[in-house]
Amino acid sequence: MSKHVAAIIAIAQAIIKNKEYLTELDREIGDADHGINMAKGFEAVISKISSLDEDKDIGFVLKTVAMTLISSVGGASGPLYGTAILRAAVPAAGKFEIDSLTAQAMWEAAVTGIKDRGKASRGEKTMLDALEPALEAFSEGVKADKTIFDCLKLASTAAQNGVEYTKSIAASKGRASYLGERSIGHQDPGATSSFIMITALLDFFRSQGSV
Amino acid sequence: MVGIVIVSHSSKVADGIRDIAQQMAKNVNIIAAGGTNDGEIGTDALKIQEAILKANTGNGVLIMVDLGSAVLSAETALEFLDEELRHNVCIADAPIVEGAIVAAVQASTGAVLKDVLKTAVGAYTLRKV
Repeated sequence: MSKHVAAIIAIAQAIIKNKEYLTELDREIGDADHGINMAKGFEAVISKISSLDEDKDIGFVLKTVAMTLISSVGGASGPLYGTAILRAAVPAAGKFEIDSLTAQAMWEAAVTGIKDRGKASRGEKTMLDALEPALEAFSEGVKADKTIFDCLKLASTAAQNGVEYTKSIAASKGRASYLGERSIGHQDPGATSSFIMITALLDFFRSQGSV
Repeated sequence: MVGIVIVSHSSKVADGIRDIAQQMAKNVNIIAAGGTNDGEIGTDALKIQEAILKANTGNGVLIMVDLGSAVLSAETALEFLDEELRHNVCIADAPIVEGAIVAAVQASTGAVLKDVLKTAVGAYTLRKV
């Protein structure tokens, strides 16, 4: 199995492991399906990419992941994460290794994709509240010439802070927006799943000894 | 004739709306795209894309959506279409049941997409009591 497929499987397993947790978060302010939908989508992703040929580049694999999520998640996170990954696949086309500048470009494309699709911006209690600060932290790391692993570490911390921040604000997008002010105090499930994915990628690199 | 796609989280809702609208406009291509590919509650952009291709007979397609991810999935489906068809597909910001029915009737008269869309959106003002 190629390293990039192994990395995505590690991310998928982290989501599946957190299925109950994410669903519980979504029960409080949404329709209690985020964990179930995401786990279903990533189970489909694992079965799809496990059987891909070794010679498939990162762009191709990501495109496969995106299309699988788009067609199997069911909830809004399917088209949102699917669009993000589809956009991120573009700078990764034909590549088998990702340097930090490419990673930054992929991340930027992903965040723009989510904004386009969800017509949301930061501060609306969505996955963007984790993903955008994480991108900024990652980019600062890149600018300071840190290793890609260290950049990812910064991103993971920023995403965690972003998840904490979602507790302090009211939702104005998605199902939770029906609750308005009553959504304050609860952390956003989408921001949480974004944080889980970033951290799973970090843990994967750590387990590979790329510290 | 303009085709119509019904997107709902529930396949039963989508099928039901199609049946009601079809009864009013037998000659219109109305395709239901409800639920996920495993029959659960949710929406599926690829299923919607297929439905658009089926509904289109060359005069464009109007998409009726229920809420939330139905809109996101429909917009994602638009991205997968070739450019020419994409310019000939609209998502109606309208009540899904009433909108689908009046749009189907309008489409059956041979109206162009712009007018079918306008009729669907106009369903907002339909009074019930």
